[in-house]
Amino acid sequence: MTKVTMTVNGKTVSGEVKGNTLLTEFLREDLRLTGTHVGCDTSQCGACVVHVNGEAVKSCTMFAAEADGAEVTTIEGMANADGSLNVIQQAFQDYHGLQCGFCTPGMVMSAAALLKENPKPTEAEVRDHLEGNICRCTGYHNIVRAIMAASGQDVPAVAAE
Amino acid sequence: MPKDHGIGASPKRREDVRFLTGAGNYTDDINVHGQAYVHFLRSDMAHGKINSIDTSAAEGMPGVVRIFTGKDFEGVGGLPCGWQVTDKNGDPMKEPPHPVLAQGKVRHVGDPIAAVVADSLEQARTAAEAIVLDIEELPAVVDMAKALQPGATKVHDDLADNLCYDWQFGTDTETTDAAFMNAAHVTTLELVNNRLVANPMEPRVAVGDYSRARDEHTLYTTSQNPHVIRLLMGAFVLGIPEHKLRVVAPDVGGGFGTKIFHYAEEAFCTFAAKACNRPVKWTSTRSEAFMSDAHGRDHVTKIELALDKDNNFLAVRTDTLANMGAYLSTFSSSVPTWLHGTLMAGNYKTPAVQVNVKAVFTNTVPVDAYRGAGRPEATFQLERVIDKAARELGVDPIALRRQNFITQFPYATPVAVEYDTGDYEATMAKMEELMDIKGFAARRAESEKNGKLRGLGVNCFIEACGIAPSNLVGQLGARAGLYDAATVRVNATGSISVLVGAHSHGQGHETVFPQVVAEMLGIDESMVDIVHGDTSKIPFGMGTYGSRSLAVCGSAMVRATEKIINKAKKIAGHLLEASDADIELKDGKFTVAGTDKSVAWGDVTLAAYVPHNYPLEDIEPGLEETAFYDPANFTYPAGAYACEVEVDPDTGKVTIEKFVSADDFGNVVNPMIVEGQVHGGIAQGIGQALLENCAYDENGQLLSASYMDYAMPRADDIPHMANYVVDHSCQTPCTHNPLGVKGCGEAGAIGSPPTVVNAVIDALHSGGHTHVSHIDMPVSPSRVWAAINGQ
Repeated sequence: MTKVTMTVNGKTVSGEVKGNTLLTEFLREDLRLTGTHVGCDTSQCGACVVHVNGEAVKSCTMFAAEADGAEVTTIEGMANADGSLNVIQQAFQDYHGLQCGFCTPGMVMSAAALLKENPKPTEAEVRDHLEGNICRCTGYHNIVRAIMAASGQDVPAVAAE
Repeated sequence: MPKDHGIGASPKRREDVRFLTGAGNYTDDINVHGQAYVHFLRSDMAHGKINSIDTSAAEGMPGVVRIFTGKDFEGVGGLPCGWQVTDKNGDPMKEPPHPVLAQGKVRHVGDPIAAVVADSLEQARTAAEAIVLDIEELPAVVDMAKALQPGATKVHDDLADNLCYDWQFGTDTETTDAAFMNAAHVTTLELVNNRLVANPMEPRVAVGDYSRARDEHTLYTTSQNPHVIRLLMGAFVLGIPEHKLRVVAPDVGGGFGTKIFHYAEEAFCTFAAKACNRPVKWTSTRSEAFMSDAHGRDHVTKIELALDKDNNFLAVRTDTLANMGAYLSTFSSSVPTWLHGTLMAGNYKTPAVQVNVKAVFTNTVPVDAYRGAGRPEATFQLERVIDKAARELGVDPIALRRQNFITQFPYATPVAVEYDTGDYEATMAKMEELMDIKGFAARRAESEKNGKLRGLGVNCFIEACGIAPSNLVGQLGARAGLYDAATVRVNATGSISVLVGAHSHGQGHETVFPQVVAEMLGIDESMVDIVHGDTSKIPFGMGTYGSRSLAVCGSAMVRATEKIINKAKKIAGHLLEASDADIELKDGKFTVAGTDKSVAWGDVTLAAYVPHNYPLEDIEPGLEETAFYDPANFTYPAGAYACEVEVDPDTGKVTIEKFVSADDFGNVVNPMIVEGQVHGGIAQGIGQALLENCAYDENGQLLSASYMDYAMPRADDIPHMANYVVDHSCQTPCTHNPLGVKGCGEAGAIGSPPTVVNAVIDALHSGGHTHVSHIDMPVSPSRVWAAINGQ
């Protein structure tokens, strides 16, 4: 067992982990931050995306020990300080960008990483960026609209082009 | 102005807040104090005789609580099939046992052989590796035609062969044959409806818990219908009476049919929790899901269409082999029969329709309902053969369909159902308008300039939803009722909990159902909450599948709310010293007609629970009503779909450039949610048409058992928003349910696959590849390239 310490959603946490404990297991089982989901076990679906030191990472593919000392943000840390939905979360609700909600945390984390790098992405760029996130419910249409809206773009105008 | 509340409005979904903040409560998020974990040791061969299972070494491994094998389940029932289909010779279908853990033989890759319960999942997995199996591998049957050949290896030794049933339905043979004899033209098409895996993003999970002190079982499970699981598992498998068995399906991460069924892992965790006196949890890995979730589709069909000299349809005849897999899953037998054969008339007034289906056992995972369930299979073959006929006859495929549309309603088809209402011309015209069919030639020319072939595909569809009248399905072999139930519980201060039998796993019931109740009562939607997914809280309803939630459970909710209104008017009449016949309810206020005397909703609800001034001699206190609703008929959503594809003739790659759906769902309660359902269905249909394929090799090895092998649509496989419209403005309300709704959950997955394939064939013909009359799904680059090059 190894002791790990990291900052998760702004709070310092530590725990004892085995060498093969995945970051996603540490978050879900040790910290009980169950918003991060496991959908595929093979790094394909993106339901487990979190931010590690500001980068989007599939937490089913990273050992907890590798995140020792890191700053980790999960879906539970995305809302505004007063608990209200942040701009991306709000856009997902406004544009009906989620149905069953299972892929949603990963989608929001992935979208946040995109908008940090590329604040005004084109529709093609959004679709390309979502290559690593699978949604089985929405058919992506409303997810794409939500991310475009979160970036401050006029979605009906884009759709009319 | 669009409405901002009530029926027809699109309020933001209230369930979204918890899902967007990581506060959902999915089954894997539930840990019960003291729980152990189970790992299933599954067969890695498709077919084998179990000589011995030696668990002795594994039993001593660290953390092991207990190891179970088929022997432990010898006194326990098998997993039941919920629908008895009758063979055309009058015999019942063959119904071989489906044990919880394999007994005697393994019959598909993934068949569970042993279950290790341990303190941790890792310990359970490690111990499973120490189990010594002596299994003699047997030849496997995978291909359905080969499975039916005389002398083929039998999946079930006690059966005569691998035929589950041979079913014939619709117009009699003599009449059908005569129609073909008299035809001016017959078009024949042989095709495969590819095997799919539903793949909801949340893998299945089961947590069994047992209280010795109370002799009570609780099962937390990823189910679309907790009462169905309680019924099947309690009555048929484990023999637990309903009052001692609670089934909870909390937030469920998508279902698409595959979470309807009762699975071995649910029964195992419930059984083992008592046997071990400890909660037992199972969480499926994705690869386990591929070899244990029921698969979908997998039909091989020959369809023939007879036309007269004026291109009127005379007859349709189909011959289908339907794969059942190794065992009969819960509703497997009904899918290729009553959910498929009854739709073979489509939108057309074809006088003779005969459907023949042989259901076949193979050494593969059981096959059952997946989004659309039988109706996509019916639509695909019918709309493909019509398209082929149009091409052979040199007529416009839209005109050929139009000419044969059913136009008078109600319409009794030759395949036993009666369409209550519809307007197929309206959806076709709407599709043509939105698709800008007139502009297609210019778009094709533009594609050709870029070296691409462009094709236009159109088709229609109809489905039977809102299943179903219980007395009818009972005659057809269903072993359950298909009503639903709702309780409207009004609280003293006027807030309301509606307890519903339908289950929401993405459909947004928590938002939509309050829109209806609030509108009926004239109160704010925020005063109404929905409770679902827990058999200890809700009335005995049948859950969510077959696009039935609003049509069936929503109707029960309307009826219960009507009872509430009737009683509330009596209370109001007493308070206002007027006859309840004179009381009107409007905007949450009860008024004596023609006067300004009124009491508010909250005055009445408070009086019901604080009955100081109350007609106790006439009515009981309290304000809570339950209704069970059994529909009089199916509902029949229908529509017209179109898409344009570009095909790269050098690589065979197909891209969807434009897509339009024009659906008739009857009345629509929440347009935003309806459109979302159609988007999702179309994406799954595009997936079936272009990407998805569950593949077995000839030995029964599952080749597509992870997301690295099974391709599903990603965001860039779907048309951009400027070229994608889903429309539901054509509305012919259902005539027999109180909301006039038809259901929208499956339409996209039913309507879209033929659209895409029709478009690809059109593109290839435009490029001179006129020898290509069909390509089986998924229409992958390699298949298109091979077809172009005559390979």
